[in-house]
Amino acid sequence: MNEIFGIPIDAFLSQLLLGLVNGSFYAVLSLGLAVIFGLLNVVNFAHGAFYMFGAYAAWIGLSYFGVSYWWSLLFAPLAVGALGVAVERSLLRWLYRLDPLYGLLLTFGVALMLEGIFRHFFGVSGQPYPVPEALAGATDLGFMVLPNYRAWVVLASVTVCVATWAIIERTRLGSRVRAATENRALTQALGINVPVIVMLTYGFGTALAGFAGVLAAPVIQVTPLMGSNLIIVVFAVVVIGGMGSILGSIATGLGLGVIEGLTKVFYPEASNTVVFVIMALVLLIRPAGLFGREA
Amino acid sequence: MKPTPTRVAIAIGLVALLAAPYVAYPVLVMKVLCFALFACAFNLLLGFTGLLSFGHAAYFGAAAYAAGYAMARVGLPPEAGLLLGTAAGAALGAVFGALAIRRQGIYFAMVTLALAQMVYFFCLQVPFTGGEDGLQGVPRGRLFGLLDLSNDHRLYYVVLAIFLGGVWFIHRVVHSPFGQVLTAIRENEARAVSLGYKIERYKLLAFVLSAGLSGLAGATKTLVLGFATLSDVQWQTSGEVVLMTLVGGVGTVLGPAVGAAFIVTLQNELADKVGPWITVIMGAIFVVCVLLFRRGMVGELMSFIGSSQAVRGK
Repeated sequence: MNEIFGIPIDAFLSQLLLGLVNGSFYAVLSLGLAVIFGLLNVVNFAHGAFYMFGAYAAWIGLSYFGVSYWWSLLFAPLAVGALGVAVERSLLRWLYRLDPLYGLLLTFGVALMLEGIFRHFFGVSGQPYPVPEALAGATDLGFMVLPNYRAWVVLASVTVCVATWAIIERTRLGSRVRAATENRALTQALGINVPVIVMLTYGFGTALAGFAGVLAAPVIQVTPLMGSNLIIVVFAVVVIGGMGSILGSIATGLGLGVIEGLTKVFYPEASNTVVFVIMALVLLIRPAGLFGREA
Repeated sequence: MKPTPTRVAIAIGLVALLAAPYVAYPVLVMKVLCFALFACAFNLLLGFTGLLSFGHAAYFGAAAYAAGYAMARVGLPPEAGLLLGTAAGAALGAVFGALAIRRQGIYFAMVTLALAQMVYFFCLQVPFTGGEDGLQGVPRGRLFGLLDLSNDHRLYYVVLAIFLGGVWFIHRVVHSPFGQVLTAIRENEARAVSLGYKIERYKLLAFVLSAGLSGLAGATKTLVLGFATLSDVQWQTSGEVVLMTLVGGVGTVLGPAVGAAFIVTLQNELADKVGPWITVIMGAIFVVCVLLFRRGMVGELMSFIGSSQAVRGK
């Protein structure tokens, strides 16, 4: 069996894997958006820009300071998270009493600023980032050749997502985050420092985006616009899945990535738009989203 | 008529607009008027219905392409191009609006943005938009077969008439019983429902009107500049119209026009001088407006006049 629906099977499987890779980014980013929205009531438009910043942090680290991929995987999210904390402390925290639309507009402005700064220093052309040596090459599985790095991206993303779920659902710190999400005033009255939790949550959510950026750097070209192109698709993913459930956003992200990959095989012209079409269908059939709790 | 501050301001504004092409570069002023109409149309949704659409470039751009295609490839006269553009914007608005109003608040913004991105990719791929090059060399033609529009000054007064007509229409909509219901939905959606209004219909009609007027603005832009490109449909344009409205004053009829004049002039002045920093400046204006200046220029001015009148009244 070398073909499936008239498509060579290795081309089919490689697109499927590419879809899973993209789906991993959707999952990590929509998870970060969901965590931030849950506690801060802010749709973080700058999420794509933080993702782009993570990729550039890795690229700058390697090109100027010789920081290896593995250290970047640790330091780039920390740098992005630190910037996130600064944004939250200096700008976002003044808006919590207002309509969430203002949070969206503010973070949109932040995204424009970040993008413009990177465009000024690095231009619009893509910067290549080499695949780390340990993950270079591919493994022959018999039925397909599996590029190691792509497998690593999927594995690392799913691990991070599940770890985030475990922290929020299974630890003491997570229970405080959930308590603050549920009822801020009461949580504060119980002696828990909610502003610090809010600050750390935003920092954590943006660090997740930075982590995805480092993972993405060797797979796609690092460009200033990589974030905003992705974030719009992630918004559609969030509309489809709803922001209520963490595992739901992971499943939706991966699933849509796979569907997008398959569309590339069967009808490449629609691969850019298929997620939006699915979003429109979901709005028609189940307006609250697949995992949504909104009425 | 008593000369209230608003009436005086409008009279001064009208005189300035009539004289503008003799003082400033007419094409720039026409571009300002197109974006001013676009922003006013957008504000019909955000300011008067409380719906933030983050994808208005779709209606603006689709109309720009429709009008450009009609005039350049089919050879239709300008009035037909403008009508077709408006119809394209309104039709697209009817479809997208019906989908988007199924979700509220912040999701509404995300849905409209995603649908607009779909239009962008569509325009990127289909052959009749000219892809990356766009539709170039759209002729201005003769309005109603009589008025030759190749003269910048003549075209300016046509564009001014379109702009004033559009703004007058928005003013009438906002101050009609229909507009009162829209305001009620903005202020308290649940109460509007409990009063028996079918708010979906009101929201959808507001959306279609806003998209249609955005289409008129986009079609007029094609007529003025002679081209329609991908930048008309991309998300940055959706962001720009939000910014214009925010700078000028959300929820005021003329604020968005003032904001559009400010932003377009700023971009025109700075484009060659600062390069990519223009994006940074736009972002910074966004941040400053949201943090410190939420009523916008006209909103702040009106509240200032209002408070000084209140003082004098005592």
